[in-house]
Amino acid sequence: MALRNVRHYPGFLAMTVACLVILYAPLLVVMAYSFNDSTSITNWGGVSLRWYTDVFTGPEAPRFKAAAWNSLTIAVIAATSATAIATAAALAMLRAGGFKGRSLTYALINLPLMVPEIVIAVASLIFFSMVGLTPGYLTILIAHITFCIPFAYLPIAARLQGIDGSFEQAARDLYASRAQSFFLILLPLMMPGVVSGYLLAFIISLDDFIITNFVKGAGMETLPTAIYGSVKQGIKPNIMAISTLMLGVSILFVTLSYLINRKGQKSL
Amino acid sequence: MAGPGSNHAPGPGSWRGILVPLLLPTWAMIGIFLLLPVLLMAVYSFLTKEFRGGVEWEFSLAAYDQFFLNRGLFGDEPPTLEWTYITVFARSIAQAAGATALCLLIGFPTAWFIATRPASSRGIWLFLITVPYWVNLLIRTVSLRFLIRENGPLNDALMGVGLISEPLQIINTNMAVQLGLFYSYLPFMVLPIYAAVERYSFAYSEAAADLYANRWVTLREIVLPIVRPGIVAGCILVFIPSLGAFLAPNLLGGAKNFMIGSLIEEQFKKSLGNWPFGAAVSMILMTLVLIVLFVQARAATRQEVR
Amino acid sequence: MTDAVEIRNAVKRYGNVTALHGVSLTIRDNEFFTLLGPSGCGKTTLLRMIAGFEDVTEGEIRLFGQNIANLEPNHRPVNTVFQHYALFPHMSVIDNVAFGLKMQKVAQDARRKRAAEMLEMVHLSAFADRLPAQLSGGQQQRVALARALAPSPKVLLLDEPLSALDLKLRQAMRVELKQLQEDTGITFIFVTHDQEEALTMSDRIAVMSAGHVQQIGTAQEIYEAPVNRFVADFIGETNLLPVEVLSVRDGRAEVTLPGGHRLQVAAAGQGIGKHHLSIRPERMALTEAGDLQAVVDRVVYLGTDRQVIARLEDGTPLHLRLQNSDRVAVPAPGKRVGLAVEAGAARLLAD
Repeated sequence: MALRNVRHYPGFLAMTVACLVILYAPLLVVMAYSFNDSTSITNWGGVSLRWYTDVFTGPEAPRFKAAAWNSLTIAVIAATSATAIATAAALAMLRAGGFKGRSLTYALINLPLMVPEIVIAVASLIFFSMVGLTPGYLTILIAHITFCIPFAYLPIAARLQGIDGSFEQAARDLYASRAQSFFLILLPLMMPGVVSGYLLAFIISLDDFIITNFVKGAGMETLPTAIYGSVKQGIKPNIMAISTLMLGVSILFVTLSYLINRKGQKSL
Repeated sequence: MAGPGSNHAPGPGSWRGILVPLLLPTWAMIGIFLLLPVLLMAVYSFLTKEFRGGVEWEFSLAAYDQFFLNRGLFGDEPPTLEWTYITVFARSIAQAAGATALCLLIGFPTAWFIATRPASSRGIWLFLITVPYWVNLLIRTVSLRFLIRENGPLNDALMGVGLISEPLQIINTNMAVQLGLFYSYLPFMVLPIYAAVERYSFAYSEAAADLYANRWVTLREIVLPIVRPGIVAGCILVFIPSLGAFLAPNLLGGAKNFMIGSLIEEQFKKSLGNWPFGAAVSMILMTLVLIVLFVQARAATRQEVR
Repeated sequence: MTDAVEIRNAVKRYGNVTALHGVSLTIRDNEFFTLLGPSGCGKTTLLRMIAGFEDVTEGEIRLFGQNIANLEPNHRPVNTVFQHYALFPHMSVIDNVAFGLKMQKVAQDARRKRAAEMLEMVHLSAFADRLPAQLSGGQQQRVALARALAPSPKVLLLDEPLSALDLKLRQAMRVELKQLQEDTGITFIFVTHDQEEALTMSDRIAVMSAGHVQQIGTAQEIYEAPVNRFVADFIGETNLLPVEVLSVRDGRAEVTLPGGHRLQVAAAGQGIGKHHLSIRPERMALTEAGDLQAVVDRVVYLGTDRQVIARLEDGTPLHLRLQNSDRVAVPAPGKRVGLAVEAGAARLLAD
């Protein structure tokens, strides 16, 4: 051990721990209270699963089920479409060399990240009302596909950038056609990025509240808008149970993405 | 060794001709469903409002007039500067700046700490920092509200150990909003700083130590200037979404502390909406954001040239 | 003998930048041919044009008589060993080696057999089922060789394949590569910036610089009879002296060295006027009374030999190599010495 380790700063560990406590405390508390056997959120009434039962069978169950179904199907379709579009875009951006309009396209891809969410929401609402598209499932879906594109694009492009062009050239040199070199070599090598992009887009779609809230129209709910509507009147225990379930889904996804990424990094 | 851009050279084996059309779906989706709507929004901000929501197609500066000028109750007095909405913007900027400062204060030590771990354990630390970001923002914000409310678990715990005798009023304060924004966007601060510190060569710190600088002087004189691009990127990434945030101010700040996001949302509620005004406020917000991004991009280019 | 590759007036331009200025050269069948030059000289571009990764701006590339300039890489019977090997990271070693055969629609049994043979040849049979990442650099290099040779290409292209290996391995691989070329009888075109690599392996070498071929010849020709200053300077160590040709008669030129000494050297078509003379350091000896008078400036011990830096009367430095031997006297700095230039060791250059 050196007399002075230039990497070490006293207090930085404490800050990191504080950071993690702030990040996790609210989630853990909600998780704990979701198992509370009391109708009041202030008192602890012992451990039970009654609020989980309530989520699936209680008076609000049909509403939440419909919302969950909408959220899930929208996320699947939006993530799938955005990933396909972003994969195609990444191939063009990183494998076609310099072409006219490349930097403009780059700006376009990143536009959904640069424009504040609330502005996207307003602009979408205005656009859909102007072209006469009734707010509902379809408008939510279109908006989600659009803003998911850059999120899917980022990991795919990062991965593709890390794949040296010589792999495709080696395949071509060894008598593979363009299609073969894409499907046998490039696509398998891109796969971890594509999966990461898909998962990110999926989570982002599932996460969205503001834009959905603007373009959803009356009667159509996704999970976040349903939860928001319910929370406006105060936090009820069944909301904590739903939150805990969604938390579980998120953590499953992020863990999956982490593992895939780590495996992918090893193979290159 | 090879010529410029040789990996992508248009040799007989090149992809160029086939690849560029692959951008069509991207152009179509973002062009039609984002760029066009934003342009349309700009047009709407210059139209006349209709009372049931929506617009009449008649040119009008009323929306911007309403934002900036006060012409008295009946609109016949000499115009003076209208402070109502500028105050909302000022408050939003202050809240976003506060949240950014909070993120930096806690995010920098965290990023530094992670970047100085052995390579094998960095992934786990980063994972721990990013997991909450993947949890639904609404759920995170609701959880925070649950935790810090007047008779919530935080106050219970603090009173339980005797630290305070009365519940702390955290919810519905500026502090709560900043905490919420901090909670929403912290990973955006940690990740770029982490990337910068990871590239930082600790030999600089050793050289500074060798030349009689103590830790903190080294941090100020050597480390911070070198990792500055990462810090600036982190600040931008936290500040910009904070500025237009809706959930944190709405669920944690109460009626007094509302921000731009809520102001805009109000204008699109069914009965009392004012679409041109909402579009105008959105335009002003977007302009503000683009200015910040532009200034940062300019500064970054200048730094690169140097 | 047929020519394996014939390049006629090949030009390569990237926008305004010209990477190759009308290169012409002929590579014979069964030859170990090396493109040698510093980075940016165009050697890799030329190799990639033969492989089909760069299109030819102007000119022709013929492979055994057939113009291939417009053929896609997968339709050219040439294979490449890439600089960093480009082994497919998601495929096992044996699948990598069999890839080219699979693309050529060779039946599974036949291609497994051939791939196994190739691995046998490079002594890696035991590693057939590993992934490339699990091999050392030297092993990856052999897999790359086996993969490129498996489809029996007419010409094998090697793009600085040894540059990623450490010195000992690099030296061992030189011998192996040459052996492999002789055993297979395939034409090898080898790109390198390392002159020692080029000199030890090649049948013939093309020295390139700034998009031009400067000289083509055997190792000995290039070392001993460089045609211009670039070649003389790039290959090995040499003394380049500005000289004035006074007269030319019967292929012999009389030149004046800096300091006024006169020397008789072989002329190669140069006329009267200013030229450069190249003298290799190991081809001069110290004598009591040689052609040249000089003062020893410094002696540097190098192990196998000693480097002597001497100055002519006008101060021009000359480098000599003295063999490290009891029979060779070591001069002290400051001593006045005579220098004897071996007959034919002084080479009058074209520029």
